[in-house]
Amino acid sequence: MTPIVEFNNIAHRFGTQQVLGGLNLALPRGETTAVVGTSGSGKSTLLGLINGLLYPSEGQMRVFGAPVPYTTLTEFRRRIGYAVQGTGLFPHLSVADNISLMARLTGWSRTATVSRVAELMDLMALEETLASRFPHELSGGQQQRAGICRAVMLKPELLLLDEPFSGVDPLTRADIHARFQELSGRAVSSAVLVTHDMAEAVALASYLVVLQEGQVAQAGRSDLVLAQPANDYVAQLMASARV
Amino acid sequence: MFRALAIGTLVWVAGCGAAATAQPIVVGSKSFTESYLLGEIMAQLLEARGFAVERRFGFGGTLICFQALTAGEIDVYPEYTGTISEAILKTGAPLARRELVERLAELSLTPLSELGFNNTYAMTVRSATARQLKLRTITDLVNHPELKLGLSHEFRDRADGWPALKRAYGLPQQAAGIEHGLAYQALAEGKIDLTDAYSTDGELLRYPVTVLQDDRGYFPVYRALPLARSDLPTAAAAALDELADRLDDDAMRALNARVVLGQNSFAAVAADFLAAAGLTAGPAVNESGLWPTLSRNIVAHIQLTLIALSLACLAGLTLAVLVYRSEALSRVVLYVAGLLQTIPSIALLALLIPLAGVGQKPAIIALFLYSLLPIVRNAITALITIDPLLRRVAAALGMTQWQQLRHVFFPLALPHVLAGVRIAAVVSIGTATLAAFIGAGGLGEPIVTGLALNDTSLILQGAIPAALLALATELMFEIIERWLIPAHLTAGRATL
Repeated sequence: MTPIVEFNNIAHRFGTQQVLGGLNLALPRGETTAVVGTSGSGKSTLLGLINGLLYPSEGQMRVFGAPVPYTTLTEFRRRIGYAVQGTGLFPHLSVADNISLMARLTGWSRTATVSRVAELMDLMALEETLASRFPHELSGGQQQRAGICRAVMLKPELLLLDEPFSGVDPLTRADIHARFQELSGRAVSSAVLVTHDMAEAVALASYLVVLQEGQVAQAGRSDLVLAQPANDYVAQLMASARV
Repeated sequence: MFRALAIGTLVWVAGCGAAATAQPIVVGSKSFTESYLLGEIMAQLLEARGFAVERRFGFGGTLICFQALTAGEIDVYPEYTGTISEAILKTGAPLARRELVERLAELSLTPLSELGFNNTYAMTVRSATARQLKLRTITDLVNHPELKLGLSHEFRDRADGWPALKRAYGLPQQAAGIEHGLAYQALAEGKIDLTDAYSTDGELLRYPVTVLQDDRGYFPVYRALPLARSDLPTAAAAALDELADRLDDDAMRALNARVVLGQNSFAAVAADFLAAAGLTAGPAVNESGLWPTLSRNIVAHIQLTLIALSLACLAGLTLAVLVYRSEALSRVVLYVAGLLQTIPSIALLALLIPLAGVGQKPAIIALFLYSLLPIVRNAITALITIDPLLRRVAAALGMTQWQQLRHVFFPLALPHVLAGVRIAAVVSIGTATLAAFIGAGGLGEPIVTGLALNDTSLILQGAIPAALLALATELMFEIIERWLIPAHLTAGRATL
């Protein structure tokens, strides 16, 4: 089976500063991949390269088995869900409008839209009464779940998550994790999760990419990386996962 | 806002249509008492002879009025021979009647028969001062450099006015500018010692002032006449020629005094004069009352600001959307809009006359230019300060550029954008009062007339409704904001 995302000798620079270099990766289809590493290791940049928010300085990106279509990104991005730290919910739209915005813009019928929103809110344990609220009226955890609902509204083939679970208390976080696992079983097949939390990575992902200063320190199945860290940096990171 | 735009366009189109169907004779005047009065006399006489007449009174200065005439915005207005020679044709010397006719014919203009009086400049001092300093002639001023001169702006600046007078007599004083309508009061209250007056001013009968003798015969002769376009219908020209030599200096001064001192309306004084002169059957004054005049002015005022504001919204927002992504372009646009803002409004209006004529068009253009800055500035600022995270998310969700703008950026920018439009609207309502100087009508009309007559109640007839209109606009925007913007997004709104 072709990988869902392929990095072929990818480098990315901001000005003269190299953020990522010499990346070769094949992320498995139908699974959740976690990208981990210390801050500044290039995790978010890697995610931005996948949906074309960033353009690689070198190398070729392949997503869904084909090169990223930089001239038709709109269509392409609608096949990819995106949820982000701080949720990025639009403050002027109600929760339901945030979740359903893209469905309305892509011509979904009203009934299909309404039932999909209800289904997702139910799945992420968001009460119906929250639908008409504005984002700022929700708790942090509720906002993040709403952000995930929005990301998966169009039934994306690939879901990108940029630290979407950070910034909430541990109990809420555990709850969101459970919801997410339920979701990834039913609504999403492939996902790429960027996180600085090793425990979260190991709990949610079956495949791990460990970044170290813009390079891949190790990539492989989670249990394998846990059992046989490639170097001290990976070993130290993995140790934090067991706490 | 789109609805307002549509209504504005409709009003405009309707206005243009109405103007095109009727072809009345348009009588103009400058913004001082005698000019209004002569304009009204001409208008009533034409009406009595069966012509449809439109009055466009109160143009702010000779050149504006003359431009209006050559541009065909007005058909005839009262002018003075000296002014035609010196200020319009710039001949440097007074022209004989025959030369005047020839030179004006080149411009497709015709001077009709002179009305009889000579309204020349008269240097005027308080009678008490004159007695005290033994001032009788202009030459006597040479020994009193301490006298404070407050001269009308036009006189102070025209070549045949103060600069030449100062040279001719060797006068040592410096001159400040003052609105002519306010000069007598300033003189009486001792704020200034000397001002230029017109020899037929009604105020000369009201205040204890003395006219200094022009002992060197410096001032040219300013004989009043209707200055008309050559395409004025012959019958209309013949009607106005009936006024020939009907008014001498004393008669004109007395008529002016009836307006200024007796608080009679131009229309009433004009009607009485025409009847007394046997030119009309009797005083049939179709004077419009306070309310019709007021409502006409308010409608004209709203029309001016609404059209200008709608166009500025359209252009300003389009411009902001086009340039906000580029910092350099945004800077250029804001700089240019800011530059426009620094041009004094009355100067901008005057500058626009050669390009757009007089009346509503240049006024709308000027108001449009002034409205641009607050609208563009607020829109650009709002667009560039949108949270980068929301920008990234909007793109990542797969929205097109237009969808991002329509569904995310614009709604988020709306509070700022509306605040900008609100500022533009309120400022426009104020600035639009100046548009009366170029014949655009509106609430500036009673203000300009009131200034000319030094009539506070008339000034207030323009100033109070303008202030109320500004307040109502504030209120309306308050309601629009409440209606369009969720409460939590207005929390940081700047209160004016």
